[in-house]
Amino acid sequence: MTTWDGAAAAERVAITSDQDVVRVRQLVRTLAVAVKLSLVDQTKIVTAASELARNTLVYGGGGNAEVSRVDNGRKPGIRIVFADEGPGIPDLDLALTDGYTTGGGMGLGLSGARRLVDEFEIDTEVGKGTTISVTKWCR
Amino acid sequence: MALSSEQGNRFADLLKGHEDTVIASWTDEISRTVRGRLSRAELQRQTSELQKGFQTALSGGASDLNDDAAAELRAQLTELSNTRARQGFTANETAVSVFALKEAVFQVIKGGEDADTATLRDYIGFSAFVDRAALFTFDTYVRIREELIADQAEQLLELSTPVVKLWEGVVAVPLVGTLDSARAQVVMERLLQTLVDTGSPYAIIDITGVPAVDTQVAQHILKTVVAARLMGADCIISGIRPQIAQTIVALGIEFGDIATKASLADALRHVLRLTGTKRQER
Ligand SMILES: Nc1ncnc2c1ncn2[C@@H]1O[C@H](COP(=O)(O)OP(=O)(O)OP(=O)(O)O)[C@@H](O)[C@H]1O
Ligand SMILES: [Mg+2]
Repeated sequence: MTTWDGAAAAERVAITSDQDVVRVRQLVRTLAVAVKLSLVDQTKIVTAASELARNTLVYGGGGNAEVSRVDNGRKPGIRIVFADEGPGIPDLDLALTDGYTTGGGMGLGLSGARRLVDEFEIDTEVGKGTTISVTKWCR
Repeated sequence: MALSSEQGNRFADLLKGHEDTVIASWTDEISRTVRGRLSRAELQRQTSELQKGFQTALSGGASDLNDDAAAELRAQLTELSNTRARQGFTANETAVSVFALKEAVFQVIKGGEDADTATLRDYIGFSAFVDRAALFTFDTYVRIREELIADQAEQLLELSTPVVKLWEGVVAVPLVGTLDSARAQVVMERLLQTLVDTGSPYAIIDITGVPAVDTQVAQHILKTVVAARLMGADCIISGIRPQIAQTIVALGIEFGDIATKASLADALRHVLRLTGTKRQER
């Protein structure tokens, strides 16, 4: 059972199937409730996590998500780091354009996830993989 | 050690000669594991059929369970796995039903005077044959259980996506929980089918029970709406809670000209108003 007590509490989930995407979503929701994010912010971070987890699965060929509670000294928050060793993203600006998709999606997952969180960092290299870190702070 | 056909024949004779004793102690052994969940008479009937199955296979020259002579026995074992799996017995309990034959036969050999080395060597071969039969039962059991579980999951899927006729000309589908691709497909098919069956011009898709609407869920809903339109029906999406509305906006999803309402009641009111004006126009 996850307790999320210490500031460094973190949990890692492998993402290799649709069920894992659901698990990431549930884990994020549990922590979002525990750090007392507002209902709107809970929904936003859960939705962002759902998008990024599915991209990790579909485009990254699987990977993992590390969900952790963070604290910047003034307020707590939640951070999720998605990592895969897939093909990487050749043109990041293009990938972050609303409506751009290479897989028949809406092309809103990546760009939308960025709008749903407070901090969004992406590190990608063609042939190496992609790591995306998102953070949502309590207000 | 494989069973030679002479060894097989000797055991077939032994099974026949000690029929009653073997069946009795075999049945005892099984009743200990299933503890009252099957009547003794029922177990007795099953073991005596299996005993005949083994007997026929062995006297027919089967040295391995895969042999043609063992075809009937394999069918019997499959049937046993099938009924046990459906009755909720564990894989272990099911395999023990077969393994127990070894113990029963061993009792007979030990009781006789001729428990010499040759008989014991025969017994090892026979024992290996029974092991194969028990493992076959185990595998079959697992396969049948998997099929049962898949069936049940499908039934649950059907149950969890009811399409209801809400009003004359209005059907509604309340979505609850995670809308993965498999469920979305079921929802779409059932909704479209219900539109055909009822000839309804309106459908309300209620998402009050969906915890998060991401691009995948949105895309499934949009596809359903487009398909319904092609069939001449209009869809209204209801149950969009404030937190979902804000998330959808931030994500950048646009529902275009699709009517959206906060609650199912609002959606129904909206439809009735539309049908009301149509009636007045006439
Ligand atoms: N982890 C990743 N590895 C490689 N490419 C990626 C990864 N994540 C996203 N991409 C690329 O970026 C594009 C845009 O991603 P985005 O999530 O915005 O859209 P989508 O997944 O195609 O559709 P949607 O998320 O709206 O259903 C993807 O089509 C894909 O080409
Ligand atoms: Mg995506």
